[in-house]
Amino acid sequence: MEMMELPDAEQLLANLADQLRPDINEATALVGIYTGGVWLAERLHESLNILLPVGSLDVSFYRDDFSQIGLHPQVKPSDIQFGVEGSHIILVDDVLFTGRTIRAAINELFDYGRPASIRLATLVDRGGRELPVAAQYIAATLALPPDKMLALNKSTEGKLSLSLYDRAPRDNDA
Amino acid sequence: MKLHIQNGRVIDPGSGLDGVMDVFIAAGKIIAIGDAPSDFHPNREINAQNLVVCPGLVDLSARLREPGFEYKATLESEMVAAVAGGVTSLSCSPDTDPVLDEPGLVEMLKHRARSLNQAHVYPVGALTQGLRGERLTEMAELHDAGCVAFGQADMSLPNARIMMHAMQYAATFGFPVWLRPQDAALADGGVAHDGEVATRLGLPAIPVCAETIALSNIILMARETGATIHLCRISSAEGVAMVRVAKSQGLPISCDVAANHIHLSEMDIGFFDSNCHLVPPLRGLGDRDSLRAGLLDGTIDAICSDHAPVDEDAKLLPFAEAEPGAIGLELLLPLTLKWAAEMRIPLPAALSRITANPARILGVDAGYLSLGGAADLCIFDPDEYWRVEPAMLQSQGINTPFLGMELEGRVKYTLVNGNIVHHD
Amino acid sequence: MTGLLGTMTHNPQLNRNGRLQHLLTTEGLPAPVLLNILDTAESFMGVTERDVKKVPLLRGKSVFNLFFEPSTRTRTTFEIAAKRLSADVVNLNIAASSQSKGETLLDTVDNLSAMHADMFVVRHSQSGAPHLIARHVRPEIHVINAGDGRHAHPTQALLDMFTIRRYKRDFHTLRVAIVGDILHSRVARSQIHALTTLGVPEVRVIAPKTLLPAKVERLGVRVFHEMAQGLKDIDVLMMLRLQQERMLNARLPSTEEYFKYYGLTPEKLALAKSGAIVLHPGPMNRGVEIDSAVADGSQSVILPQVTFGIAVRMAVMSILTGT
Repeated sequence: MEMMELPDAEQLLANLADQLRPDINEATALVGIYTGGVWLAERLHESLNILLPVGSLDVSFYRDDFSQIGLHPQVKPSDIQFGVEGSHIILVDDVLFTGRTIRAAINELFDYGRPASIRLATLVDRGGRELPVAAQYIAATLALPPDKMLALNKSTEGKLSLSLYDRAPRDNDA
Repeated sequence: MKLHIQNGRVIDPGSGLDGVMDVFIAAGKIIAIGDAPSDFHPNREINAQNLVVCPGLVDLSARLREPGFEYKATLESEMVAAVAGGVTSLSCSPDTDPVLDEPGLVEMLKHRARSLNQAHVYPVGALTQGLRGERLTEMAELHDAGCVAFGQADMSLPNARIMMHAMQYAATFGFPVWLRPQDAALADGGVAHDGEVATRLGLPAIPVCAETIALSNIILMARETGATIHLCRISSAEGVAMVRVAKSQGLPISCDVAANHIHLSEMDIGFFDSNCHLVPPLRGLGDRDSLRAGLLDGTIDAICSDHAPVDEDAKLLPFAEAEPGAIGLELLLPLTLKWAAEMRIPLPAALSRITANPARILGVDAGYLSLGGAADLCIFDPDEYWRVEPAMLQSQGINTPFLGMELEGRVKYTLVNGNIVHHD
Repeated sequence: MTGLLGTMTHNPQLNRNGRLQHLLTTEGLPAPVLLNILDTAESFMGVTERDVKKVPLLRGKSVFNLFFEPSTRTRTTFEIAAKRLSADVVNLNIAASSQSKGETLLDTVDNLSAMHADMFVVRHSQSGAPHLIARHVRPEIHVINAGDGRHAHPTQALLDMFTIRRYKRDFHTLRVAIVGDILHSRVARSQIHALTTLGVPEVRVIAPKTLLPAKVERLGVRVFHEMAQGLKDIDVLMMLRLQQERMLNARLPSTEEYFKYYGLTPEKLALAKSGAIVLHPGPMNRGVEIDSAVADGSQSVILPQVTFGIAVRMAVMSILTGT
């Protein structure tokens, strides 16, 4: 699998921006999910000239695997600076896999208020869903074996790239 | 019953006898040491090769919990524990329920102990009625009933006047007064040494001056009244220094230390180990080292077990609420040997602290070997390691800080009046 | 430093993997463990500012507030913290019930464990009671010490550390003074261990000799008996509550004399650094250990402490439950 050709994250991001552009208006808010989703949301926020401030979510407090794996040692504070009540939110995550993270993120968003709508944008849909979750905006679809983990990285210059790891035994990400 | 103990290392600390030889016993007495008497046909032989044969141990402080506290321990269980520890003579303290302050109670205790046919029991009578520190007991009557000395167990005397009169009265008859030096007000509510550990754990503390102030009173009054004083379970370096001075001045004072206190310090309380809740409290490392040194130079005459069986429920409480005390009868020998090994003290000198010296303080005919004398013997393996665990203990209590630890020195046989009362 | 036995001296708060199993004292906890609690609390601060001040982290868990000593205030903060984590909370004021019927501490704990408790928050008048409970319960049950005797009050100390970090950022440059009844204070002991572990270079205690425990300097503090010297160059003042009963057993002559020499007035506060902050674990005795002008003044962070206390207790509960 090491030899597998991974798509260029920067190209995927541009693709994702193109998909989103027609649907953006003054009521659109982007919310990224830590960590990769926040990087993407910030870049999209910039390139799409979105008015409402970009939000970030750390779903650690909402995860359903908390009792098995405990609290992530570096929980980041969630930060939503716009009124969630009645807003049109596009959730941004790097990789869509089981759907559990998205479930947790939607739950958390509702604790800030009742949005008018939530859509989901993702760089890569790798399949393997365990919950009925679907993304409206997908830059790429990849079929990956379940023991591999796909991650988004950011270089010191801010360049985004994808990489593939062996999954840690108890990790239950994406 | 004739007994032939073969090839043991026979040590009699009192006389200095130390060598591999045989001991011959008939009719409850030692009839020969060394060569066999002519026409000696033993009923039984004990092979004591690689074992030490010494006088039965003498313990100055064992709580047998009868009468009144049979849920903690019974005379039966603790007398078995005593001989399992090689102890053939012991003194028990008057803090029973009722308190040993009436001749009838003492006679009953002596009778019960005798009927068990194990260790000899020498009660210490109460110095004051009910140990309340108000009125004197009938000491002369109690002495006739079998009390060898008079004391207050762990109760302090409330004021100096009572202490003065108690000593004067005891001195009238030549009865020894046994006191554990502790000022009641300074110790009030305290459960640990007033040092680093009590500070860290937030435990109410007992300062060293609770011991030294009481000690000072006792020493000054001993000089004033001429009473013979035995100081029980001294705990501090300053206390040892005061006793050393008093003894150098020729005062009739003797002193003991509990076996736990020559090994443990406040540090061993760890995170609230209630088995280390002892009376007096375990003090600092410097105090412990002074106790060890005082025992070596003779300032402290004897090591006692300070045996105090406590039922499990009474220890499963927050440290301060847990009942103080630890069992010790079965640990007296190994803890003495541990001290001797660590201080590089020859075996005979170490054994004198649990045989001849305490017997002298008790004023009883025990703690030495003599032809024609009672065959009270302890035969032990000085090299055998054993783990302190409930299955290895005879006492009804299992409360000891040493639970789970390995100790060296195991009693193999105990003889009282020539009868084998314990065999491991 | 350890004793001969060594058996009871391993840290009973950490499990085999070095993770927090119980929170009994701040003593012996490595700095990363303390900082992780503070960092986690920081993220819970966001939760408490939202519309729905609740996260589902402890949903289905039962937290038993086991208060053998009455304290409405501390119990309430634990209750709010547990409820914001969606736990079920049961409050038990034991002083009034089973203990008077002769039931032992561990009997009570056994009974509640049988009701499927996941966590015990314990307040007890005896030092070491939470340790005893922690040693006794099944390994899946967690114990939080909410104050035991004079021994420890770790969540109070942690919320104090949280407060200090919020206002002063770096522990490594601070001089901190703890003022008052150190001898009887579980708060002071937990503060001292937390401050020294987090790298505060100078921790002072200021008190009359009757209110200082033996060898307190062994805890890593400098001892002062006078405010004028003790408060010089101080960045953080941690005041302690003075109990009225200290007058009864001849440790102090009067609250008036105590206030005169050790009470924090604006004049005495002026002896510390100009930006110094003032903390107090509450409830305050105004006019005894602290003057109202200081308690309500610009340098007081006493009310923020209360707010932070909820987030810190949420952090502790969720870290323990996730272990």
